[in-house]
Amino acid sequence: MFAYIVRRLIYAIPILVGVNLLTFTLFFVVNSPDDMAASQLGDKYVTPEAIENWKQKNGYDKPLFLNPDAAGVAQLTDTIFFDKSVRLFAFDFGRSESGRDITTDVATRMWPSLAVALPTFLVGIGVNICVALMVVMFRGTRLDRGAVFVFVALMSISYLFYIIGGQFLVAKTWRLVPISGFHTEGQVWKFLILPVLVGVVAGIGAGARWYRTLFLEEANQDYVRTARAKGCSELSILFRHILPNALIPILTGVVVLIPSLFMGSLLIESFFGIPGLGSYMLDAINSQDFAIVRSMVFIGSILYIIGLLLTDISYTWADPRVRLS
Amino acid sequence: MLFRLAAPRTRAAQLLIGAALLAGCTDGPWNNPNPESPPGLVTYQSVMTPLPPKHLDPALSYASDESLFLMQIYEPPMGYHYLKRPYELLPLGVEDFPQITYINAEGETIDPEAEDVAYSVYELTVRADARYQPHPAFAVDDRGAPRYLFADASESRPYRQISDFPELGSRPVAANDYVYAIKRLADPFNASPMLGFMAQYIVGMEDFSARLKDVPRDGWVNLDDYTMDGLQVVDDRTFRITIKGRYPQFSYWLAMHFFSPIAPEVDRFFHNPGFLDRNLTLDWWPVGSGPFMMVKNDPNSEIVLERNPNFREDYFPMEGAPGDAEQGLLEDAGKRLPLIDRAVFRLEKEVLSLWTKFLQGYYDRSGESHGNTNRVFDQAFVVGPNGVELGAELASHGITVSPDVKPAIYYYGFNMRDPVLGGYSEERRKLRRALQIAFDTEEYLNIFYKGNGIAAQSPIPPGIPGFVEGEAGINPYVYDWVDGAPKRKSIEHARQLLTEAGYPNGRDARTGEPLKIFIDVQSQAISSTSMNWMDRAFGRIGVQVEYRPADWNRTREKLLTGNTQIFSHGWLADYPDPENFLFLLYGPESPLICKCDGANNASYERPEYDELFRQMRILPPGEERDALVARMVDLYREDAVWLFGYYPKDIYLNNPWVHNNKRHGISKNTLKYVRIDDDLRERKREEWNQPVIWPLYAMSALLVALLLPGIIAYRRRLRATARQ
Amino acid sequence: MKPVILWSDALIFLLVISLALFFWRLRNDPQTRERWAEVFSSRLGMVAFTVIAAYIMVALLDSLHFRRALENPESLATEEVFYDNKVTSVFDVLTGGMGERFERTYSAPFALLSFEKENIKDADGHDIRDFPPLRHAGQHLSHPDERAGDILGKSVRALLWGLLLCALVITPQWLLLRGSRFPWLASWTTQAVILCSAVWMVSLSRHYHILGTDQGGADVLFQSLKGIRTGVLLGTLATLVMLPIAVTLGVMAGYFKGWVDDVVQYLYTTLSSIPGILLIAASVLLFQVYIDLNPDFFAVGMEKADAKFIALCFILGVTSWSTLCRLIRAETLKISQLGYVQAAHAFGVSHTRILGRHVLPNVVHIILITFVLDFSALVLAEAVLSYIGVGVDPSMGSWGNMINGARSELSREPTIWWTLTGAFFFMFVLVLAANLFSDLVRDAFDPRTSLRRASA
Repeated sequence: MFAYIVRRLIYAIPILVGVNLLTFTLFFVVNSPDDMAASQLGDKYVTPEAIENWKQKNGYDKPLFLNPDAAGVAQLTDTIFFDKSVRLFAFDFGRSESGRDITTDVATRMWPSLAVALPTFLVGIGVNICVALMVVMFRGTRLDRGAVFVFVALMSISYLFYIIGGQFLVAKTWRLVPISGFHTEGQVWKFLILPVLVGVVAGIGAGARWYRTLFLEEANQDYVRTARAKGCSELSILFRHILPNALIPILTGVVVLIPSLFMGSLLIESFFGIPGLGSYMLDAINSQDFAIVRSMVFIGSILYIIGLLLTDISYTWADPRVRLS
Repeated sequence: MLFRLAAPRTRAAQLLIGAALLAGCTDGPWNNPNPESPPGLVTYQSVMTPLPPKHLDPALSYASDESLFLMQIYEPPMGYHYLKRPYELLPLGVEDFPQITYINAEGETIDPEAEDVAYSVYELTVRADARYQPHPAFAVDDRGAPRYLFADASESRPYRQISDFPELGSRPVAANDYVYAIKRLADPFNASPMLGFMAQYIVGMEDFSARLKDVPRDGWVNLDDYTMDGLQVVDDRTFRITIKGRYPQFSYWLAMHFFSPIAPEVDRFFHNPGFLDRNLTLDWWPVGSGPFMMVKNDPNSEIVLERNPNFREDYFPMEGAPGDAEQGLLEDAGKRLPLIDRAVFRLEKEVLSLWTKFLQGYYDRSGESHGNTNRVFDQAFVVGPNGVELGAELASHGITVSPDVKPAIYYYGFNMRDPVLGGYSEERRKLRRALQIAFDTEEYLNIFYKGNGIAAQSPIPPGIPGFVEGEAGINPYVYDWVDGAPKRKSIEHARQLLTEAGYPNGRDARTGEPLKIFIDVQSQAISSTSMNWMDRAFGRIGVQVEYRPADWNRTREKLLTGNTQIFSHGWLADYPDPENFLFLLYGPESPLICKCDGANNASYERPEYDELFRQMRILPPGEERDALVARMVDLYREDAVWLFGYYPKDIYLNNPWVHNNKRHGISKNTLKYVRIDDDLRERKREEWNQPVIWPLYAMSALLVALLLPGIIAYRRRLRATARQ
Repeated sequence: MKPVILWSDALIFLLVISLALFFWRLRNDPQTRERWAEVFSSRLGMVAFTVIAAYIMVALLDSLHFRRALENPESLATEEVFYDNKVTSVFDVLTGGMGERFERTYSAPFALLSFEKENIKDADGHDIRDFPPLRHAGQHLSHPDERAGDILGKSVRALLWGLLLCALVITPQWLLLRGSRFPWLASWTTQAVILCSAVWMVSLSRHYHILGTDQGGADVLFQSLKGIRTGVLLGTLATLVMLPIAVTLGVMAGYFKGWVDDVVQYLYTTLSSIPGILLIAASVLLFQVYIDLNPDFFAVGMEKADAKFIALCFILGVTSWSTLCRLIRAETLKISQLGYVQAAHAFGVSHTRILGRHVLPNVVHIILITFVLDFSALVLAEAVLSYIGVGVDPSMGSWGNMINGARSELSREPTIWWTLTGAFFFMFVLVLAANLFSDLVRDAFDPRTSLRRASA
C-alpha cells in the first residue's frame, strides 16, 4: 500500500512538469514580460526603463526556456521557466506580479473556500441521498417519473440563475440574510447560509438523479429480492440493505472531489464576496496575474492527483477484493 | 416536529432556518453584513471596488483608487482647499507656499522675469506640529536604539502583521523625510512610475538613479548615504528642491502623494529579514502623518483606517464656494478634523450586492472609489436637465446626491497620420467634422452614462482655467448656439461636409467604395449595445463602421505604434492646469515621435500649436496665458482632432446620515471632512431591514406538502404489501 | 446580395450532412435501428427531439449569411456593386425585421412608452420631462387604452394564421406517417405549438416589443432568438472539433498499447489535471491575441467574431476531450481482446482494416452518447464563460452575454427583468430538451442500462 502511494506520487512528477510547461507556453504567448510590466505599472508615463526595472526586479529578464548565453546545464536552468517552476515543487509560490506573497495568500484564502465548499458538499450529499431515497421508494410509479423530470429540469437551469435568483429573492427582496460578504468576527454562518443553500439547490438535480440510479441498481439486486421474500419491511430494505451497499459507489464517486474542495467555487465565491481561492483565481485571470495562475494551476493539479489516489484507496477500503499493487 | 414548524408562529419559522439565526436576532437586522464596530467609535462604512489596491507605496502607486487610501494616510507638501472652486492650492504638510528663487546657469539668483532662468529652487518648511502615526518602526528601547531590528528571518517570525508589535513610537516629521521620499522615487529598484517623468525636471535625479542601479540589494539601502544634487536639507524643518528651468506646474505636483514624507526608519523597518514573505512591506502598510492610519489591510476583504492620534491640529474651513453655506456644507466650520474615528472599506465586486447593501444602509456612501458612473451604480438615477433624478426607492430613503464634474476627459481620437481620415487638408478636416457631427455625443451620454457627463467642446474640462462657458465656449464647427444652449449641427450639414470631402452619401466619389472607418476599442470597456448604437449613428450619413476590439495590452501596443484609425482614450488630470490637458496634443508627445509612451496618441502635429504650447508651459497664470490657451483650443477645433470627447461626472449618493459630501475632483484627502450621524444611521438601518418572514412559512409549507403525500403513499403501499 | 460563408456556417452544415449520411448508412443495421426506435417510441423522446430540431432549424437558417448590396447613387459612374459590411442571415429576414426596429433605450415588454424620462414637448409645445412614446410600438393605436384589446385581437388572428401554417406543415407528415408505430402525435402537437408561437411572435413584434428592449434600444426577443445559433453551434461544434483527436488517440492507445498507450494516458491525465476554467481562460486569451495581431485575415467584423467563436469551440473541445478519449481507450482495449479481432490478427489482416472494420464501428455508440451528453453542458458553460469574460465575442449575440449584461440591470429600480427572462427561457427550453433526449439515448445505447432492464 505504502509503496503504491509512493509510486503514484512519483508518477505525478512528469504530469506536474507537463502542466507547468503548458501554462508557461500559454501565458507567455499571450503576455510577454513586457506586457506584464506595462499592465502592472499602470497607464501613465510608462517608460522603457521602468519596464526593464520591473522585469529585473521580478525575475523576468531572462530567456524563457533556453538560455543560449549560458554554459552547459545552465542553458536550461538559467531561464524564467526553470526559475519559476522548480520552486513550485518546493511549494514556494513566490510573489504575485503585484508583489504579494502567494503562499501566504493561498494559506489564508483556503479557509473561507473550505468554509463554503465543505458544508455545501456535505449538506448536498445528505439532501441528495434523502431525496433520492424518497424517489426510490416510489420506483416505477408516476411519482418517480415526475421526480426524474423535475431533476432534469433543475439540471437544465444555468448555475448563474440559481445564484442571481437566490440573491435577488432571499437577500434583496426578503432581507433574510446578508447579500454577500464574509468576515470571521462574529457570526460566520450568517454569510454561509445563502451560498450553501444555492449550492445545494443547484446540485439537487444532477445529484439526486445520480443517486437514484445507484439505488435502483442496488434495488434490482438479488439480495434485495431475497430480503423482501424474507418479509423485511420496505423501510428496513431501504435503510438496511440498499443504502449501505449503494454507499460504496457513492463514496468512491465523491472521494475524487474532496481535495478540490480546497479550491472553492469560482462563481459562488465571486458572487457572494467570499475571499477564497475561487475568487482569487478569477481575479488573477482578470488581471492576468501569471504568477498566481501558475500557482493555482499547480495546486489544482496536485489536488486532482491526490483525488485520484484517494479514489483508488477508497476502492480497496470499500471492496476488500481490490488490491493495490 | 413537522406540525410545530408549520404552525404560524414566528419562533417556529425562525427555527426553520436554524437556531443560529435566533441568536443573530439580538444584534440588529439579520442581514447586517458588517462586523460589529468597536463601541464608541464613529465608523464610516464604505467599499473598495472592484479590486483591492495593488500598491500603497506612495512611490509606486499611480491609480486613483489607491490614492483614495494614500491621501488619508500621508500628507504631501501641498493640498487643495476642500470647498473652493476653481481648485485652490494650499500648503498641507508644509507651513507655507514654496519660496521659489530663480537662478541662472552660473548659479546667481536672478529676477523671475529674466530670460536666462536655468534653475528654480523651491524652498519648503515642514509644519512644526506634523507628527507620524504611532508605529513600531519608531519604537526605541532604553538606549534609543530601534526596538524592532532583526538579524534574521527566524527572529521576526512571531510578527505576522503590524498589530503584532506591542511597542509603538512616533516622532515629528522632518525635512529629511521629504527628501528621502524623493530619493525613493529615483531609486530604480522601486520602479516608480514617476521616475522617468520627474527626472526631466529634478536636478540630479537621473544621475542618482544611475548610481543606485549597481548598489547591491541585500536588505535595506539607506538612501541618506547618497546625495542628489537637486535636494538639500537646510535644517530640521526646511528643505530645497532644485528643478531645471522654469516649471510653474511643479507646485501642483507637490500636492500628489509621490512627494509625501517617508521616514528612513520606516523604510528600514520594512526591510527587516523575513518581513517580505509575510507581506510586511511599505507597499501594504503605509506609515504617514495624515489624519488616518491603516490598522488593517486585508486585500481579500477589507481595509480599515483609524484616526491618527498624533494628527496635527487641522480645522474645517471657515469659508467655501458660493452656495456651499446654503447646502449646509459650512455647518462644521471650525471643527477639529477628522470628524469620524474609523473608516472601513470592504471589498465588493458584484454590482447587485454593492447596490443592495447601499440601499439597505450598510454602506454610507456610494461612489467613493468609482464615481458611480459607467455601469456601476448608474442604474438608479438619471441626470436630467434639472440635475439628478432619483428613483422612487432612493428618494424615499432620503438619499442625497453630490455631483461633480471630474477634471478629466474621455475621448475617441483620430490618428492624424491615417491615410484615410488623417491629414491637414481642408477635405480631411471636413471629413472628420462630418463624423464629429454624426456622433451625437449628448445622446450617447444620455443612453450609456445616464447623462453623467458633459459633451466636450474643447480638451479642457470645466473647473480648469481655459474652460469657457456659454456661447463663446462652443465648438463652432460642430455646434450652433440656439436659444441659449449649444445645438449640434444637423445631419444634413454633416452629409454636405461629407460630399465636400469627396464622399457623397458616404461613398468614395471616384471609386464608389463605401467609406469604412475602423474603431479600436478595448474589449472590456465596450458593450455590443454601444457598438450597435454607433453603427446606427454613423449609418445616418452612410458611413460603415468596423470595430477592432483588443485587450488593454494590445490596445496600448497599437497606440504606441500608431497602428490605429480611431482610438479611445481618457485622461484624468494630475493637477488643475490647462497644460495637463493641452499636452495631449503636443507634437513631441506623440509616441511615434518621442518613441516613448507619449500622451499625444492622435499624433497631432501642428508647428503653430507646438510653439504656443512651449510658450504657455512656462508662463504664469494670467491673461497672456489664457490667450495662448484659447488659440490652441481654436487650432484643435479647426483640425477636428478628436471624434468626440466628454467630461465625466462623478456622483456621490449619500445616505441621509452622511454629511459634508462635496466632491473634490483632484484631491482625495476629503475623508477627514466627512461627518456621520450615528443615531440616525442605526434607526434607519433597523427600519429598512425588517425581514420578510412569509417565505419561510411558504417554504416550510411546501416542504410539508412534498413530504406528506410521500408518507401517505408510503403507508398505503406498506399496507398493500402487508395484505399481499 | 453576396453570400457569406463563415467558418462556423460551413462547419455546422458539414456536421448536419455528415450526421445525415451517418444515419443513412446505419439504416440497414438492425441493432442500431432497434435502439433508435426505442428512443423515439416514447412520447417524451418525440417532444424533446422536435424541440431540438426546431432549435437546429433556427440555427441553420441563422447560418445562411449574406451581405446586402448597396445601391449606387446616380452620380456614380461605376457599375461595380458594393456590399454592406453588416452581415444578414436568412433568419433575420424571416423574422420580418424584428431586429431592425430600434428604440432609444430600455422599454418594458409590450410597453408603449419608453422606460426612461426624456425632455419632450407636450401638446402645447412646452418643454416637459416625461416618458416619450416608443417609435415602433403601438403606432397604430389611437389611444393607449386600446392596447389590451388590440393585443388580444392580434393574437387571435396570429393564432389562426399559425394553425393554417400547422395544417400545411403537418398534413403531409400525417399522410406519410399514418399508422407508424411511433408516437408522431406528440411531435405534431409540439410542432403546432412551436409554429403557432413563431407566427405569433413575428406578427406581434411588428407592433410591439414582446420582450421589451435593452439599453441600446434593441429588441430583446430578437436577441434571445439570435442566441439560439450561438448555443446550438457551440454545443455541437465543440464536440465535433474534439472528435478526431479523441477518437484517434483513444483508439490508438487501446489498440497498440505499449508506449503509445503511455503517451496518450500521460497527455490526458496532464490536461485533465489542470483546472478547466484556467486552461480555457488562458487559451481564449491566446486566441484573442492571435486574432488581434492578424486583423487583415478578416474582411468584416463578423468574421473576426466568428474566428473567435470557432477558437472557443476548439478550446472547449480540447479541454473536454480527455473523458471521451479515456472511454474510447477502455472500449478499444476490450474489443481488441475479443476472439474475432484476435482471429483477424492471426490471419494477418492489416491494422487499418481491423480498426476500420471491427474497432471503430463498435465505439460509435460511445461517441454518440458523449455528443448528446456534452451538448447541454456546453450550452450551460457558455454563460459561465461570458461571466468570467472569456466567452463569445460581445458582437455575437449569446445568452451568456445577455445574462452577463443583465446582472446589473437587476439592481435597477424598478427592476429590468426582461433581458434575463428572455435568455433564461430560450436557454432553459433547449437544455431541458437536450437533457431529456440524452437520457433516452443513453438508456437505449448504454449496455449497462440495457442489461439492467433485461434483468429487471
